[in-house]
Amino acid sequence: MTPPDPVTVWTIIIGLAIGSYGLRFVFIGLVGDRPMPPWLLRHLRYTAVAIIPALIAPLVVWPTATEGQPDIPRMSAAAVSVAVGLWTKNVIAAIFSGAGTLYGLLYLLG
Amino acid sequence: MADTTSKSYFWKGFRDGTPFIFVAIPFGTLFGVFATEAGLNLLQTMTLTATVFAGAAQFAALQLLQDQTPTAIILISALAVNLRMAMYSASLTPFLGAAPMWQRAFAAYLTVDQSYASSIIQFEKQPDMSVPQRMAYFVGSVTPITPLWILATYLGAVLGTRIPESWALDFALPITFLAMIGPMMRTLPHVVAALVAIVVSLFTVGVPYNLGLLIAGCAGMIAGAQAELIAERRKART
Repeated sequence: MTPPDPVTVWTIIIGLAIGSYGLRFVFIGLVGDRPMPPWLLRHLRYTAVAIIPALIAPLVVWPTATEGQPDIPRMSAAAVSVAVGLWTKNVIAAIFSGAGTLYGLLYLLG
Repeated sequence: MADTTSKSYFWKGFRDGTPFIFVAIPFGTLFGVFATEAGLNLLQTMTLTATVFAGAAQFAALQLLQDQTPTAIILISALAVNLRMAMYSASLTPFLGAAPMWQRAFAAYLTVDQSYASSIIQFEKQPDMSVPQRMAYFVGSVTPITPLWILATYLGAVLGTRIPESWALDFALPITFLAMIGPMMRTLPHVVAALVAIVVSLFTVGVPYNLGLLIAGCAGMIAGAQAELIAERRKART
């Protein structure tokens, strides 16, 4: 794999640094004690919970490493980490059980 | 006297924030490994982790970079993941908005999932805290994880280059994100938002420039907000 173009990488780093700080500063720094419209808050509440699954779902169904072929170890690992996360609400437990499933099945089916 | 009580609130925050090191250390290490795998050098990795200081957005940016996504789409998508920081900032404003500007500017940098979660619980539980006490608690809650997050990223970046391909690290990132989904499913509207986003993302996978991600994200947000409205109306009726 070729390393990414340094100009692109630095543009992303600087853009993200400024943008992330801006998002954190906007209300506490600029809005102060003025109230915000409820419809805006209602949509903001669901940003992370919508963007993260949308980012991951295609990677689970069509993994990069298998050139887009659906793959039993990866799908099983995905199912296990979601299930353990839902059940225990513990991110680290979910990561380790998902990784365990992936390695176990890659070894067994490998 | 005020100084003494602020100090004790700092340590209370520190104690409440300490368990999060068990998240920050593995997550930071994983990020360092990933950034190296994605072709970032040590300086780029460390600058990213120290300035952006938000694991999920950093991972999202790396994944899209590997998929050859245009820079503008990477920036918009990763910042969309971080939009929740604006939500935290908004939610903390009634409690910390009266602090001096330099303290608020500093607090903005330290606004992460962990400091927000600990602080909002503490501030609501004890409404009589003064603004300096709240600020001391907030800074205390993030003090244990900040240096460890940066150190863990460094170790991951240094060790990452020695990890063989047979370890199937391509899937470590999806697993990490999938593991984060479970604890986010706090209410039915959260579940609705996630499900709608997943379905739309699978149907829009052919849309160029990874724009499908933004379409799916917006669809999920709207679905979540609408589900919340419906749930509230139902509650009001009964």
